[in-house]
Amino acid sequence: MSQAPSASDASKESPPPLPSGVVAFVKRDCPTCVLVEPILQAIALEVPITVYTQDDPEFPAGLKPVDDTELTVSWHYDIDVVPTLLRVEAGRVVETALGWHRGEWEKLSGVEGLGPDLPELRVGCGSLSVDPSRAPELALRFSGSKLQSRRVETASLEDDIQACFDRGWTDGLPVVPPTEARVLAMLEGTTRSPEELVAVVPPDLQPCSVEKVAINAVMAGCRPSYLPVVLAAVEAACTDEFNIHGLLATTMSAGPVLIVNGPIRKRIGMNSGNNVLGQGNRANSTIGRALQLVIRNVGGGRPGDVDRATLGNPGKVGFCFAEDEEGSPWTPLSTDFGFEAGTNTVTLFPGEGPRTIFDQLSREPESLARSFAASLRTMYSPKSVMVFDVVLIVSPEHARVFREAGWSKEDLRAKLHELTLLPGDELVRGAQGIAEGLPDGVRGKSIPKFRPDGLHIVHAGGGAGLFSAIIAGWVNGEMGSRTVSWEIQS
Amino acid sequence: MTILLDPTSEAVPAERTRAKRLATLAGQTVGLLDIAKMRGDIFLDRLEERLTKKGAKVIRYKKPTFTKPAPIDLRHEIAEQCDAVVEALAD
Repeated sequence: MSQAPSASDASKESPPPLPSGVVAFVKRDCPTCVLVEPILQAIALEVPITVYTQDDPEFPAGLKPVDDTELTVSWHYDIDVVPTLLRVEAGRVVETALGWHRGEWEKLSGVEGLGPDLPELRVGCGSLSVDPSRAPELALRFSGSKLQSRRVETASLEDDIQACFDRGWTDGLPVVPPTEARVLAMLEGTTRSPEELVAVVPPDLQPCSVEKVAINAVMAGCRPSYLPVVLAAVEAACTDEFNIHGLLATTMSAGPVLIVNGPIRKRIGMNSGNNVLGQGNRANSTIGRALQLVIRNVGGGRPGDVDRATLGNPGKVGFCFAEDEEGSPWTPLSTDFGFEAGTNTVTLFPGEGPRTIFDQLSREPESLARSFAASLRTMYSPKSVMVFDVVLIVSPEHARVFREAGWSKEDLRAKLHELTLLPGDELVRGAQGIAEGLPDGVRGKSIPKFRPDGLHIVHAGGGAGLFSAIIAGWVNGEMGSRTVSWEIQS
Repeated sequence: MTILLDPTSEAVPAERTRAKRLATLAGQTVGLLDIAKMRGDIFLDRLEERLTKKGAKVIRYKKPTFTKPAPIDLRHEIAEQCDAVVEALAD
């Protein structure tokens, strides 16, 4: 059984010394390196030169290259580009040239008239020591790990994915096994240091570091570029306002719903169009899942334990999507929470699964608003009022009706509040032959279905289809959850 | 053989010993913590009646909301003032 590398092992590694004179780093796979092969030979005739080769130990021919296919020397001397030419004196690098540049090479080597038939300059290629497929493993091997998490060794005959199931780390779907190299690669997605505290995660109230978030993001299937969104989501979820504890523990079906705004949506390739609430986009599918895995693994929140949901909903695996800002007639959702348009934010709403509103014929905003309101009035129960907020997702074809009529988001919201005022007589216990309802005191009054700030409007969906959707919320306000919008830090 | 990083909090719960069981209720202070769910008070009223009959002194507490853990100050107050506590859930 081998041990995981540790910082103490790594501290024994000192950089291999470089010989004095001219030193070159090359690989055969680089056309510029192949181009300068005769130049290196010409230099070797005049001054001492040592060539380190990263891929083919026979290249360049005739120069007795030093085999650096393990990339030990390249990594320690921070070689980013090949060819790199160095001048070394008493073990110290005193001059550097990147790529082929005749003037620089002549000055560095002291040899004149190099490659008269070659172009004046030619850029090089990336060094293998910084190749994304190799760099995390090299950093792990040479710099030692700064990661603090407990190492869990799987048995040699144990399947890694099965091992994650067996240790209770998954949501029921397979996870990507969180190896150290994968976690280090994930951490490249943020400038925050691994040990930094992100949040204290309910229900066990456990401190959660950037590193723990990264581990769970690896498992969820995130790319490193998604990590800032996941970090922001974990921070937002663990605020007292959002109250992930109560949302987890409730017998109701809701879970965290993440809505992303700002340029980061495009940068990480999120979907805000066709099938926006469905499967098929890696960022949409994994960011919400990463948050839920943090709640499960760091917070200890598991179904059947603190999660007491009677029914739950499929979105509790992870529910995340982006708003279509570019096609929207309105300002982004984030601006409703006081952010400037263009700010990268993730908004957390405590919600259940989406339910479609069908209206194929309304071409006037009044008619469409009535259609929306009729569906909104029945949310949870035609008699439930004021307790639950809602996200209304307006699709492009429905949004066009409001755009053409010049309705702002506030116009639509105000109209929906007006149209969802409900007569108390219909809400009382026993009314309509239904025992459920409000106390008799509401008779003769009009009661709003939603609190004034309880109706959120988002623009998303594919370009064709006269459908919108409702995401019903969980208990709002102080005793439940407030929708929280959080800025995403890079 | 693969080495994975533990995604959990790694919280190994410290061995917590239970408080010593009370030999009698007479003269003891018993806290009744209402978690603020509906009708919890009805259950606790009855419990208070019965505990008082057995000679216990009863102090009533209430969480601000059942959806959140009891605030640390409330937990401390109960620990300071009571020999035993009953936390009640009703719905």
